[in-house]
Amino acid sequence: MSVETEIRFKLNGREVSLTVPVTMKALAMLRDKLGLTGTKYACGEGECGACTIKVDGKTVNSCLMYAVDCDGRELVTIEGLRTPEGLHPVQQAFVDHGAVQCGFCMPGMIMQADYLVENNPELTREEAQRGLEGNLCRCTGYTKVLDAVEAVVEAKKCCGRC
Amino acid sequence: MQEISSYLAPRRLDQALQAMADGAATVLCGGTDLALQTESGARHYKAKLLNIRRIDGLTGIEVKADQVRIGAATTVSDIRGNPELATIAPVLVEAAEHFASEQIRNAASLGGNICNASPAGDMIPPLLVLGASVELACWRDGAVQTRLMPLEGFFVSPGKTVKLAEELLTAVVFDRPAADFVARFKKSGPRPALEISTVSLALGARLSNGKLSEVRVAMGSVAPTPLRARHVEAVLEGKALDAASIAAAVASAAEDAKPIDDVRASAWYRGHLVRVFVEEVLNDVRGN
Repeated sequence: MSVETEIRFKLNGREVSLTVPVTMKALAMLRDKLGLTGTKYACGEGECGACTIKVDGKTVNSCLMYAVDCDGRELVTIEGLRTPEGLHPVQQAFVDHGAVQCGFCMPGMIMQADYLVENNPELTREEAQRGLEGNLCRCTGYTKVLDAVEAVVEAKKCCGRC
Repeated sequence: MQEISSYLAPRRLDQALQAMADGAATVLCGGTDLALQTESGARHYKAKLLNIRRIDGLTGIEVKADQVRIGAATTVSDIRGNPELATIAPVLVEAAEHFASEQIRNAASLGGNICNASPAGDMIPPLLVLGASVELACWRDGAVQTRLMPLEGFFVSPGKTVKLAEELLTAVVFDRPAADFVARFKKSGPRPALEISTVSLALGARLSNGKLSEVRVAMGSVAPTPLRARHVEAVLEGKALDAASIAAAVASAAEDAKPIDDVRASAWYRGHLVRVFVEEVLNDVRGN
């Protein structure tokens, strides 16, 4: 058993402090220590993107991130996207476009889609496709995912607030 | 298996180097290679786990009048999105563009990609054709000591470099390319994303009045380390870029590439691909 260390960080807007083994990955910390099981473990090798979370505004594979490296940073997981009013616009668009099949890849897919839309208001379908390269869906449902992302980009252009 | 006895995340370089001085620290930066290698058992942790991501001055891209310096902890995404590099060293941005996936680019560091010393490391061939050097620092005689060495001499074998256990790769530096510098990067794999290159190739040269000079060609995944293709370079040096010189370069590629059969491709296929890539990059430069 490796040594443990105490870390503090912001998780979905709330300050968190806990002790983690220094080789524990952020994904295991989120799921097994903090009970946030929305972020999924699938390949465990950074190939599939099911474990995608946002750290300091950038998406990473939490299965490859060391939990100790969360110290002092700001994390957002799928649980943090939902607003008091209801689903986040990206989540709603995925529902509206039937982008969800079995659903296992969805937390990662939605985190990455949100990151892409947030960072590029003019995101094209091709750019969305490239940006989602690190997210695998084994139900092969990419077309509807891209439809949903396109719809979010369009909706943002129209009101600028979503 | 070694147990980790301490975890350190210093803010200053000298603190990190002092912690490394006994050669008993595992360096953690983006973690994208370290996590996989330690989980699979391919690599074991040393007594200290040293996170270098919080060290001041280890991140960032500095473009000076005559030189470019990229901090070791700079992420591949930072390189991909850097407008200055896109102008003066687009070949590096091109390699970043095809590196793994967005999530991995956001975490993986340039220094980590180099120190991992994979023959398939995607950032390495473009840096070789840019003539890059690596800056290695250590704590010796009560002070920070640094040495600069050409990247070309850095690699020993897969996963092995000449870097000493007490040394930290702190930066990559290269001379600002001349105005007539042209460069290309190509990699091959079954998918555009998350692909460990079957073969990669980079070309860098000055092209003036149709003639090539200071030609550098680098290949990945065709030998135990990324390498400079000296035979191809010699064939092209000082020559006009035309059908005859391109054919000669293609013919000489086999002198440099010594690929193996493995799970991703056969030696024969790699040898074929590298010839195709030499031809394609040269034709592409010629076409422009």
